[in-house]
Amino acid sequence: MSEIVLEIKSLTRRFGAFTAVDALTLSVNAGEVFGLLGSNGAGKTTTIKMLTTLLPPSSGEARVASFSITTQAVSVRRSIGYVPQAVSVDGSLTGYENLLIFAKLYDLPHREQQARISQALEFMGLTADGGRLVGQYSGGMVRRLEIAQATLHRPRVLFLDEPTVGLDPIARDAVWKLLVDMRAKYGTTLFFTTHYLEEAESHCDRMAIMHLGKVAALGTCKELETSLGGGAHTLSEVFVHYAGTALDSGGNFHDVSAERATAQRLG
Amino acid sequence: MTATFIHPLTAFIEKTFVITEFELRKLRHDFTELITRALQPALWLLIFGQVFSRSGAMHTGNIPYLDFIAPGILAQSVLFVAIFYGINVIWERDLGIVQKFLASPTPRAALVLGKGFSAGIRSLSQTAIVYGLSLLLGVKLNWSPLALLNVLLIVVLAATLFSTFSLIIACIVKTRERFMGVGQVLTMPLFFASNAIYPTDIMPGWLKVISHLNPLT
Repeated sequence: MSEIVLEIKSLTRRFGAFTAVDALTLSVNAGEVFGLLGSNGAGKTTTIKMLTTLLPPSSGEARVASFSITTQAVSVRRSIGYVPQAVSVDGSLTGYENLLIFAKLYDLPHREQQARISQALEFMGLTADGGRLVGQYSGGMVRRLEIAQATLHRPRVLFLDEPTVGLDPIARDAVWKLLVDMRAKYGTTLFFTTHYLEEAESHCDRMAIMHLGKVAALGTCKELETSLGGGAHTLSEVFVHYAGTALDSGGNFHDVSAERATAQRLG
Repeated sequence: MTATFIHPLTAFIEKTFVITEFELRKLRHDFTELITRALQPALWLLIFGQVFSRSGAMHTGNIPYLDFIAPGILAQSVLFVAIFYGINVIWERDLGIVQKFLASPTPRAALVLGKGFSAGIRSLSQTAIVYGLSLLLGVKLNWSPLALLNVLLIVVLAATLFSTFSLIIACIVKTRERFMGVGQVLTMPLFFASNAIYPTDIMPGWLKVISHLNPLT
């Protein structure tokens, strides 16, 4: 039985009368690649925001690396890395400076900072571009730098909200190759949301499909594909079955504009 | 995990300076901001100040009009830039930068104070501009080190305070449009109800009272 690094129990978040996340319960093992799928507005981003301590839950509890997100927020923050959906590196600083500031904010020992930054730049294939302003980077480079920044302190769990949104297929593959390598090298648990089913299929150990704030289905890709009965189905069929085909799905104006803005900035 | 234990207060001060350092590093890459900051005080002193100085319409006692408005223009320009500082944070929030900082173990107050302090240091550039122009226009300046230090300290402190206030407004209003509206509503009354460009003696009684309460005065 492997160690549980993320334990979510009846986690709920309400915005007025609307329940964005409804009694979510699931656990993720250390070193696992876990995907959270669902249509826009299903509650994926709200879930990630609660787990990264950015949004307090209305009720329920979660423990990340054995720390409570409600009572031990600072310890949780030290144990995680977070790559938000929107661009999170500063275009008016160089790649190196973007990493240096996080090395300092996460209290990396002074003598280790330079080595750690060089390693991170090398790992992400950005050594030659470390001295350039991030405003001049391509979308794929920006994402790689964001991942480097979020993992400089070697977090136990890395949360990624739509890590490949707005990237072309080549840049997407490059990002995933690095994430998979990182898991192999440091044992980082990856918890991510995505709209791309093929990414979930090729990289997830397990996944959950969220619908209206609840987990509609949970398991490995194989388990989900056979869960509908009557022989194997494609993941796309499984997704439609659980996440519904409602025409009004697709999130609210804010979600959609934020996602398109990110896609435009990276693309 | 390589984090070592650091006393919370030391950590707070250290993190505040880290945030300030990186805000100031941005100036190294692009200093056009410093030039645009210089524009407004230059216009007030070179055009408004010169014209009103010649017209003799403002009675400022035995002090020449330009000498009277130079410190007012410095305070005004520092205040205006500081009050609009919060818009940066709205921009960073629309991107994901703020969220990433908030998900890090950095104390919240250090994020705000660090940014505010960097705005304080940036406003030193306006001090240099106003002193330079004043020198050019023949304004009588007090060059004693103590007086200079006093000015620098007040400028940095005022800019830090007002930009921190601006960051709070930004967190409340959340959108750029609303923020610009609030900024305008704040700056214009503060400016006109102060003794920046005319003495309080010529104001009607009710305005004098407001002017005395006004931090810009």
